[in-house]
Amino acid sequence: MTPIESTTLTAKQVLSEPGAPVVVFDHVQLAFDDKVVLKTVSFTLIKGHTKVILGASGSGKSTALKIIVGLLRPDAGVVWVNGQRVDQLDEQQLMAVRADLGMIFQEGALFDSLTVRENVGYKLYEETDMPLEEVDKRVEEVLGFIGLLEHIDKMPSELSGGQRRRVAIARAISFKPSIMLYDEATTGLDPITASTVNDEMIKLRDLENTSSIIVTHQLRDAFYVATHMAVRDRNGEVHVVPATPQKERQAEFIMLRDGLIIFEGDADALRASTDPYIQEFLS
Amino acid sequence: MIAATESALKKAALEVQEYILLTVASIRGVFSRPIYRHDIVEQLDLIGFGSLTVVLLTGLFTGAALALQSGQTLDQFGARPVVGRLVSASMIKELGPVLTALMLAGRIGSGIAAELGSMVVTDQINALRALGTDPVRKLVVPRMLSGLFMAPVLTAISDFVGVSGGWIVARVRLQVASGLYWSSVLKGLYMQDIWMGLIKPFVFGFIITTIACHVGLRTTGGTQGVGKSTTQAVVVASVAVIAADFFVTQILFSLLYPR
Repeated sequence: MTPIESTTLTAKQVLSEPGAPVVVFDHVQLAFDDKVVLKTVSFTLIKGHTKVILGASGSGKSTALKIIVGLLRPDAGVVWVNGQRVDQLDEQQLMAVRADLGMIFQEGALFDSLTVRENVGYKLYEETDMPLEEVDKRVEEVLGFIGLLEHIDKMPSELSGGQRRRVAIARAISFKPSIMLYDEATTGLDPITASTVNDEMIKLRDLENTSSIIVTHQLRDAFYVATHMAVRDRNGEVHVVPATPQKERQAEFIMLRDGLIIFEGDADALRASTDPYIQEFLS
Repeated sequence: MIAATESALKKAALEVQEYILLTVASIRGVFSRPIYRHDIVEQLDLIGFGSLTVVLLTGLFTGAALALQSGQTLDQFGARPVVGRLVSASMIKELGPVLTALMLAGRIGSGIAAELGSMVVTDQINALRALGTDPVRKLVVPRMLSGLFMAPVLTAISDFVGVSGGWIVARVRLQVASGLYWSSVLKGLYMQDIWMGLIKPFVFGFIITTIACHVGLRTTGGTQGVGKSTTQAVVVASVAVIAADFFVTQILFSLLYPR
């Protein structure tokens, strides 16, 4: 048994417990040449919880997400994802970690030479041995979940900005990852479309039990996701309603400034903060 | 001044290092799984069939111009009937491979760099990696293999069309009999020439596609960066083809034509 396999087994036992840490950032540092992006950043994402990372442009929010997926390697510090130290794994070993991570990039990053169907089913078509009929079924199921089934055979260029983001969400959830990473998923969208994308994020978290890290500078959207929850009524219909206090506490905010965390706490604590920078950010 | 030179040298060394790493990873990708077969087929079609028109036209007019020029020169020695020998030797050993490679550098080198560059600046490469796909295996290996296999095929076609272009000029303008022309073509050719004409495009196809992939994947700076990468890919690949032609010719001469 390789060290990685033995780590995975231990991690599986730990991660099966409620309140298990699924992502741990421990004193992570990263600089590009002379520009320090992350000075010393530490936080933990608990299973089933939501971590909202706020900050101005260039504060290192997206960089943190890329480090989690292993697209960037930190200069120092330790990063655990599902019990694996992603800061030490090579590209081949990272593939196993990425199998449980769904990432939504800024602007969607859809493959523009593929149809919506091929985009959404990309991982299942290309990287798994799942039979084609099952992949097609899963793609249709996921597109149905986000309400874009009628666009299945369109090219990404034929979709609106909001639809592209939702297809990106569908692509990320097609292989049922347990951790979702949203990089500015609502930036540049009109409030109504942004609200639709927010609802998808809430539904995924509450109905599919995913843990989420949401990077954004859209405060309105961040508070909406943190203070709402999805419930299914007796008829099986899904509704997004104001969250219970207990549910609200499962969403934690982090404010990044110049590569450092200057705030960590829930929505109420963020609103009550007297820090002048946070006050200005919230105003 | 010294600092700027040092920085430029370091940058150049880094580029070479990254290029070598990419080519090593690509070659390794050919011999290990996963192999994206449908991407290879798609690229064979795009690079091979897609480049056919430009290669046909280039070959035809090059052969025709060559016959025209050499016919005039040969007239001074009363040797017009051997025009076919000159056309075939020039086309098959040198002009066919090099001109086809330059056309491919312009057509597919720019296309590959622009496509991969756009994918980099729109985060599609990162999305591929996040979805568990190695971009080298998915994007570079199919393009490299297609360049490797299609460049010799296209060169052979270009050679044939070039010699045919020469025949048209020889027949119509130089009044050389067809039989005389074609027997001259065959007389001027040795097996070593054909080997040289087929080995060179392998090297050129590899160089063009790997350089274009390398430049495309290292694109930075948004859409402006894509434009820069496209230009850079064509320029570097073209210069590399001509430089490689000199060295490959030297090596093949010593291997195929022992003294």
